[in-house]
Amino acid sequence: MSDLQSIAQHAIERAKKSGATAADAMIREDDTFSVTVRMGEVETLKEAISRSLMVRVFIGKRTATSHSSDLSDAIVDQLVDETVEMARLTSEDQSGGLPAEAVLREGSLPDLNLIDRSWDSLTPEQRINLASQTEAAALSTDKLITNSDGASFEYARSRVALANTIGFAGKYEGTGAVLVCVPIAQSKEGMQRDHWLSAARHRHGLGAPEDIGKKAATRAIRRLGARKIRTCQVPVVFDPLCSRSLLNHLFEAVSGSAIYRRSSFLIDQIGEEVASSVVSVIDDARMPAGLGSVPFDDEGVPTQATAIIENGVLRNYLQSAYTARKLGSKPTGNGSRSASGVVTIGPTNFYLKSGPYTPEDIIGSVKRGMYIVELIGFGVNTVTGDYSRGAVGIWIEDGKLTHPVHEVTIAGNLREMLKNIEMVGSDVTFVGSIAAPTLKISNMVVSGE
Amino acid sequence: MEVNKSIFVQKHNVTTQDLETYLSEALSRGGDYADLYFEYRINHSIVLEEQIIKSATKSVNLGVGVRVISGEKTGYAYSDDLTREHVIKAARTAAFIANSASSGGTIQIPTPLSQHRNLYSIPTFPAELEVAQKIALLEEADQAARAYDARIKQVQASYIDETKHVLIVTSEGKASWDIQPLVRINVMCIAEENGKRQSGYQGGGGRRSLDIFTENLAPKALARESARQAILQFRAQDAPAGPMEVVLGPGWPGILLHEAIGHGLEADFNRKKTSAFTGLVGQKVASDLCTVVDDGTIPFRRGSLNMDDEGNPTHQTVLIEKGVLQGYLQDRLSSKLMNSPLTGNGRRQGYDHIPMPRMTNTFMMSGESAPEDIIKSVKKGLYAVHFGGGQVDITSGKFVFSASEAYLIEDGHVTAPVKGATLIGDGPTVLRQVTAVGNDLKLDQGVGICGKDGQTIPVSVGLPTIKIREITVGGTEK
Repeated sequence: MSDLQSIAQHAIERAKKSGATAADAMIREDDTFSVTVRMGEVETLKEAISRSLMVRVFIGKRTATSHSSDLSDAIVDQLVDETVEMARLTSEDQSGGLPAEAVLREGSLPDLNLIDRSWDSLTPEQRINLASQTEAAALSTDKLITNSDGASFEYARSRVALANTIGFAGKYEGTGAVLVCVPIAQSKEGMQRDHWLSAARHRHGLGAPEDIGKKAATRAIRRLGARKIRTCQVPVVFDPLCSRSLLNHLFEAVSGSAIYRRSSFLIDQIGEEVASSVVSVIDDARMPAGLGSVPFDDEGVPTQATAIIENGVLRNYLQSAYTARKLGSKPTGNGSRSASGVVTIGPTNFYLKSGPYTPEDIIGSVKRGMYIVELIGFGVNTVTGDYSRGAVGIWIEDGKLTHPVHEVTIAGNLREMLKNIEMVGSDVTFVGSIAAPTLKISNMVVSGE
Repeated sequence: MEVNKSIFVQKHNVTTQDLETYLSEALSRGGDYADLYFEYRINHSIVLEEQIIKSATKSVNLGVGVRVISGEKTGYAYSDDLTREHVIKAARTAAFIANSASSGGTIQIPTPLSQHRNLYSIPTFPAELEVAQKIALLEEADQAARAYDARIKQVQASYIDETKHVLIVTSEGKASWDIQPLVRINVMCIAEENGKRQSGYQGGGGRRSLDIFTENLAPKALARESARQAILQFRAQDAPAGPMEVVLGPGWPGILLHEAIGHGLEADFNRKKTSAFTGLVGQKVASDLCTVVDDGTIPFRRGSLNMDDEGNPTHQTVLIEKGVLQGYLQDRLSSKLMNSPLTGNGRRQGYDHIPMPRMTNTFMMSGESAPEDIIKSVKKGLYAVHFGGGQVDITSGKFVFSASEAYLIEDGHVTAPVKGATLIGDGPTVLRQVTAVGNDLKLDQGVGICGKDGQTIPVSVGLPTIKIREITVGGTEK
């Protein structure tokens, strides 16, 4: 097996030979292991090493991309040649091209502490045990936990190499693991499922199996006996995983691609107040050991920390080389290659900064309202900001959690929701590259009976 | 067709003897069953935006997945390198799940390989077509959308095709192969008026070649529909909040069935007793008017397959007959463990994924009512004709699906359009509230993508016009 960097180098040289004026190539190699344990027995065990090559070629201002999981020389050569041929058929695009050379500062890539080699010393049995212990903790929490959708441990070690025809050659590697538990609670009113998880690049960052299992079980049990409520307009409190979904919508709305397409409710608003003054959001690619941390993006642009919202004021959009040129801005190191090799915008560590309140403070401040613990469905329109999703929650009465609620929706508009964030929790929870703390929104429509 | 006509034999030098060796290795620690899933998948995509062809992409995926089943346990490994040493290594890794010392013995692979039938017989696979032909389709869409209304300011039209070769070989001595085409065009429009923006979306396609893009799937038809939806939204009022009578239009609103009952009837959830439908076979779960089927055998449909991803022929499976729950959608593992017949619903995203029970084309049979009469019968309600996505919590049975084009019904007449809103209901009971079923069954236009456990696959849905007595509408207007 040839080295990843030399395959990338080979691909761009081949592209030049077949007539490309510029090219870049990225290779990913993922060494993955996953196990699911259900009701105390291993249910699935999966292991593989996979590689993929993503090539982008330019002929002047025309471009085409390709992807292959087959990295044999003959296949790569043929695919690169075809990619160059495809590029001849696309249109001249004035904003096309590799990121300008000036942006590619060679050499000293920061050490972001992305790798923990001690994962290697875990035997398969020990990895299976992590999942077993997690599920066992959930099952033993309470006799109301009668069933389980299992607990899984997933581990990946990824290597990335990138090269382009204007002199960039870089690589990095990282490890990461996730431990997740999905118990099912049952009472005479029916079954309820919930989950909890922990994700980390380093072993010491991964939550203890017992804690994850117990927390997952507690979350499932508290949903038992859920009922509908009457349609009302009340304050809502989002738990950190639900707040995270809000940040996901915000991320889409500040992506340079949505901005130049004018398909975002946040276009033309840099410098304006788009959220309440207690809201600050950042995309920080350089957070040490961050789940979304990378030294350079998928175009070779050095990454950075980009302020998105500061005290409610919109500061920046996230840019790739292409969107930056379209919008007369600078790349922010958020170029991200989709599975097919096309460069889009991706988050690094995109999160809402923690505030002063504990979740209890926030719930305690609500006289009548709902604490949201799960959101389902896709009823969010990033163009208009219109928002309507299915919700599961716990009713709050006089600052106390009372009974669980389900089969309701919450609706509003993201514009107002951002402005109506009244309290920000201190509990930012990272389980992926997008994160948020507990949030209180002063007023939304809960639709029920 | 002869075994030596398979692309994996011709192009990748896989021999019958290799297949037997890999399966023997897979069962070397005593598993009950093993299978090999070879996949060679070529995808093309082209994007037109701002009136230029912005990108063209080709993607090649090649690999083999090795699965070993031992009781309820599954071991899985895959390799994107088809050389012998790599496949043998994958087979040994998958074998690890079983832990008895016994050997699997010898396995005989029959020749010729079987191909059951052909639901997508086409002269030329999309992968072999000229890029210029595909570009012309997108240009047609762009022009039609812009010509529809001057307020259409952005058009993004994309073309995607897939040609997927699969070869599935099992330790039970079965070997089958298939070549599965899939094409699709999407048109997204952004309209602007007085500084306000709205979006519209329409797509279509199926398991066919470019000749599918005619009539209502012609690029210009898709584009006009997308533009119409964007423009319509300028007039939309706030959607109502609370429970109300709802009429669903024919076709894509069938996503209701997919979410409300389809997922809950996948056998794995019922075998594990984690579905809200567990134990309900033989019971009344819908009104007498409802007969719901999952049918993977409709020619050229997006959710159709000659065989599922375990090599078993797809079926027409009746899920609900006149309101009574008939059975589940099975893959091999659940069908064995539940001692229930196969239904040809074992599907997977690709060689890097474990198969599981999934839907194909899921729809409700036509009833007797004229659609206009159904609307006339509603005093105050919602008429929803176009939807975005949906989702379900299998265990509690609560599901949502989000309307993107809906109108108020007032005194039997369709009146003002309303903004998009999510509808939420309870899977095991929502179909009991169906009080009228139209005579106008329509399948969707071929855009469905279904996600489960991180795997996405193409599916289709269908519905006649139906009336639901009461479902919660998640708008903002109390």
